[in-house]
Amino acid sequence: MDGIARIGRYTLDLTEQMGRMMLFVLSSFAWLTRPPFRFYQIVKQLNFIGYKSTFVVVLTAVFTGMVLALQGYYTLRKFGSEAVLGSAVALSIIRELGPVLAALMVTARAGSAMTAEIGIMRITEQIDALDTMAINPLQYLIGPKLVASLIAVPLLVALFDVVGIYGGYVVGVQLLNGNEGAYWSSIESAVEWKDVYGGILKSISFGLLISWVCCYKGFHTKHSAEGLGTATTEAVVLSAVLILVWDYFLTSVLL
Amino acid sequence: MIKLVGVEKTLGGQPVLRGVDLTIPAGKLTTIIGRSGEGKSVLLKHIIGLMQPDRGEVWIDGTDIARLKGQALNEVRKKFAMLFQSAALFDSMTVCDNVAFPLREKLRLTGDTVTRRVDEKLAQVGLAGMGHKFPAELSGGMRKRAGLARALVMEPEIILFDEPTTGLDPLMAKSIHDLIVAMHRQFGFTAVMVSHEIPEIFGISDWVAMLKKGRIAEMAPSSEFVKTTDEEIREFIFVGGTFMTKGLPTASL
Repeated sequence: MDGIARIGRYTLDLTEQMGRMMLFVLSSFAWLTRPPFRFYQIVKQLNFIGYKSTFVVVLTAVFTGMVLALQGYYTLRKFGSEAVLGSAVALSIIRELGPVLAALMVTARAGSAMTAEIGIMRITEQIDALDTMAINPLQYLIGPKLVASLIAVPLLVALFDVVGIYGGYVVGVQLLNGNEGAYWSSIESAVEWKDVYGGILKSISFGLLISWVCCYKGFHTKHSAEGLGTATTEAVVLSAVLILVWDYFLTSVLL
Repeated sequence: MIKLVGVEKTLGGQPVLRGVDLTIPAGKLTTIIGRSGEGKSVLLKHIIGLMQPDRGEVWIDGTDIARLKGQALNEVRKKFAMLFQSAALFDSMTVCDNVAFPLREKLRLTGDTVTRRVDEKLAQVGLAGMGHKFPAELSGGMRKRAGLARALVMEPEIILFDEPTTGLDPLMAKSIHDLIVAMHRQFGFTAVMVSHEIPEIFGISDWVAMLKKGRIAEMAPSSEFVKTTDEEIREFIFVGGTFMTKGLPTASL
């Protein structure tokens, strides 16, 4: 009976937590529709989540494209199909690796920082201070991060796609002497708009997931240094896992 | 006027407030004392709506905020300011921006008007010329002063002070107390302070209330409070010997 009770308690806790998370994000979006509109805060967060993540995303994209081309070239050569290297690299990046890896990089760089920033504000009563000034923290702190993340992540994914494909070009064509025309024309013939739309759709949902999970964890940080560490770890791990799980479901729907 | 009726609150399965009945007189400085962990800060958070009671009512000028949320609660909070134990300054902003923050956010003021009001408040709390510094560059006492300037800048009707002198040396603590009293005299707001600074608070408070076992055990003008016959309260407040009270020369065992 104890075991059943524990499972029941765990299920109830999990359901309650999911309900709280849902209310958190819905309330944040609801507060965004009320004045004052926080354009400056959104631009500030775009700079932090988007612009400042550019370097790490570009770096990841270059090496992802390069390693894909390297692996792809030697695999395809066994079947005499080096000519489709471009399409193999582009489709892998646009459909899967671009959205997933860019989202994981944003989680590691910006998501963890979001949780830590909001968590410290919680511990040092800065969020309570906002409340006492009749300023809703969801509107001032969380809403702009959600919006900025929804805008920044798709743009970073688009950048990842372009840079990754060029990374593949450098290895496949410049280093391994593949055919340049075949590389680009295979991309042109294989990549369809629905691949691009699918990637964009994934990146938008990942953007929401990252800021949602990371802001929620930061906002509900327990009042201790250990609590902040736990919240940051949980935010990064949960975001990363949800990105991978959600990616599978979206792919199965989009294909 | 602030009035709490039968306020009960349980945190983590532990009853903290067990039916608090408390009336805070308008325009006076009332200090809530009590042993550590009695729930003084929790009580303060109920007064400003940062926490909601499990049972009971919290009346602020005729409005029960115990069940208010969102915009309706924010409307009542416009009467308030709060000086937190840690000062709760926004660490990404300079002192100037911290003090200017409520003016920009709530009154949508900009430019010279903000600068003038911020400079005026910083001068009043003895921080003239320190506006460009970040909170991390200030001492504990200076942070409390900056927090007080931010609390005063909107000229609120009610200011709550959560252990405003915790972590300060006796001289700095005295200067913060003197500053609170001077500002209270000048602006006439209703002040509610949570403090452990016994006997000092008896020299500055108009009223003193003692929180004991989740209830208000005693509340009286500070000069009357020290005449209490409750042995436990006498032991708590006279642990340091004799002291001055507001309106009376000396109280002692």
